[in-house]
Amino acid sequence: MATLRVCSLYPDLMNIYADRGNIAVLRARCEWRGLGFEHLASGLGEPLDPEAADFFYMGGGQDRDQVAVAEDMVETKREALHAAQDRDAVILAVCGGYQLLGSSYQLGDLALPGVGLVDLRTVREPGPRLIGNCAISSDLGSGPRIIAGFENHGGRTYLGEGEPPLGRVLNGFGNNGRDGFEGVHRGNTIGTYLHGPLLPKNIWLADRLIELALGIELEPLADDSLEEAAHMSARRAAGV
Amino acid sequence: MMRLKLAIARALRVLTRRVGRRGGTTLPGRVLLRLDPRTIAVLGKRLERGSVVVSATNGKTTTSAMLAAVLERGGAEVVNNRAGSNMNWGVATALLDAGDAPGQIGLFEVDEAWLAPVARDLDPSLVLLSNLFRDQLDRYGELELLADRWAELVAERDGRSTFVLNADDPLVADLGRDRRRVVYFGVEDRSHSLESLEHASDSKRCRNCGHEYLYDAVYLGHLGRYRCPNCGRERPQPQVAADKVTLRGMSGSDVRITTPAGAIELSLPLPGLYNVYNALAATAAALELGASPAQVREALGEFAAAFGRVERLRVNGREVAILLVKNPAGANEVLRTLTLEDGALDLWIALNDGIADGRDISWIWDADFEVLAGRARHITCSGTRAEEMALRLKYAGVDGEIAVERDLARSLDSAVAGGNGAPLYALPTYTALLELRDLLADRGVARRWSD
Repeated sequence: MATLRVCSLYPDLMNIYADRGNIAVLRARCEWRGLGFEHLASGLGEPLDPEAADFFYMGGGQDRDQVAVAEDMVETKREALHAAQDRDAVILAVCGGYQLLGSSYQLGDLALPGVGLVDLRTVREPGPRLIGNCAISSDLGSGPRIIAGFENHGGRTYLGEGEPPLGRVLNGFGNNGRDGFEGVHRGNTIGTYLHGPLLPKNIWLADRLIELALGIELEPLADDSLEEAAHMSARRAAGV
Repeated sequence: MMRLKLAIARALRVLTRRVGRRGGTTLPGRVLLRLDPRTIAVLGKRLERGSVVVSATNGKTTTSAMLAAVLERGGAEVVNNRAGSNMNWGVATALLDAGDAPGQIGLFEVDEAWLAPVARDLDPSLVLLSNLFRDQLDRYGELELLADRWAELVAERDGRSTFVLNADDPLVADLGRDRRRVVYFGVEDRSHSLESLEHASDSKRCRNCGHEYLYDAVYLGHLGRYRCPNCGRERPQPQVAADKVTLRGMSGSDVRITTPAGAIELSLPLPGLYNVYNALAATAAALELGASPAQVREALGEFAAAFGRVERLRVNGREVAILLVKNPAGANEVLRTLTLEDGALDLWIALNDGIADGRDISWIWDADFEVLAGRARHITCSGTRAEEMALRLKYAGVDGEIAVERDLARSLDSAVAGGNGAPLYALPTYTALLELRDLLADRGVARRWSD
């Protein structure tokens, strides 16, 4: 049987919104199907082996931690991440992690470097943080589906010309509260502001990402009624 | 002019309380502040013995109630916001209620985000700060920013207030460095050290230089004995310390507290190490305010739980113990204490996503519900996000029976009815607690919350 190898990037720093919920769901979904599951981590100063994992995950962090991570990521992990992207590993970056995927992130007077996996830039603009439940419509190759979650970000993200978003905002702010786009989706690289435990709220997405990471099709599990009810609960909170 | 404004607010208070339910603790203060933004400063000056403010992410209601009990035992007339209404309007309402009788001391628990403005107005003689945990990021923003705002306030009030601070919380202890009047409290009993920092721990990095702290002992969340191997900053030595702690499960704890005024052997009727911290904080502040060790021992020894904090009631003949949960660190403590009980547990967990709960329910994935695996017989999930709570339990490996019913009253009744003689542990988030309280008051089981 196949084994899903997940590598968390900076798990001790980039975990501010209960990001471990995503890992818990990936693990359970694999184990319940008899698939193997391995969880690795790569922190500050540690090299990254692009072949060692099929799924790279990065969550959000506090501003101060994000500064340290941005510099380290460019220095020690940029090439490995590009190599992982080229071999179609899934890269899921949420919230603070998402902001570091692009070319740069303007944080106050600081311009944080990005790893340049996708074409986007993030800036701080006057105005309040964008906070609230959010729902988007997204197609990850299995037809249009809804992703529901919670966003809380000061930065505004703008995608480069022609760079595909993860989805269209149905309710909420999305990348910048203006253009109706949320997240980014290039190949198997996905960034989103729907933070923290995103996969528990959208089990279909967890399963889809496992499929993309392993290049297989999954059989549905016998009883996903609670998962479906939780998804509907998150959608209801987001008004969709 | 102030008299007219007070008269209007008083009339409103009578009205809202006659209508019953909530509102009596907030509306008069809101109106008063609208009429005069200086209300807290003006009314605060009428308190002859000055005032004390208490803030923390977790435990501020219990700590304030404990401190009030100790001071009252010494004969003090305490003015406080007992119902946990801890924004500025709650303080204003309490001041309105107090009138201008002589000899009063103000004792206010204040929301973390409201601490600075309220303390500026009140000019308190003592500021008690207990802990900062990850909580409601949608409302408070990042923890470090909150700590920065507290640091500004402390710097501003240096020499004017005495600060009673938790030595074991690096974010809080750091506020007292180089300040003139500081009393530290902390736990000195290493037998209660956890094996490692809990998942939801914050503040793992030195406030001074950013290097990761080393912990010799971790007691709760990120509270413990820490030092920075880079710049050398370390936990300050507490003057008021719990050096021997015996946890007796849900029934309470025995604690020996060493203080400059002598040791206090305390039999605390509230469970868990988190309540030991609350008692320590209240003890340190009370002694600073002139209470005697005997006063502390007696008042805390017969302390009754604050509103919804390990409160015990009987519902349809079954014992129900209510334990507020609202963030990962607090929930972990409640869960850890529950698992000290024998046998399989029956629980009722109500997860709401109201503004006062935090609209963002992500935090349930930071709390260690995994400790319930193999320990739960039956769990009923309720509240506005009941299904997502149930899902959290499923992925935590909880193998007992899990029921989902969003309606609070119906879910409580079925949870109570499914009993096997053992108590039902009710774990509501904040607004679910308020609803539960109203529900039980309507049935005559509990007192109204503004009583």
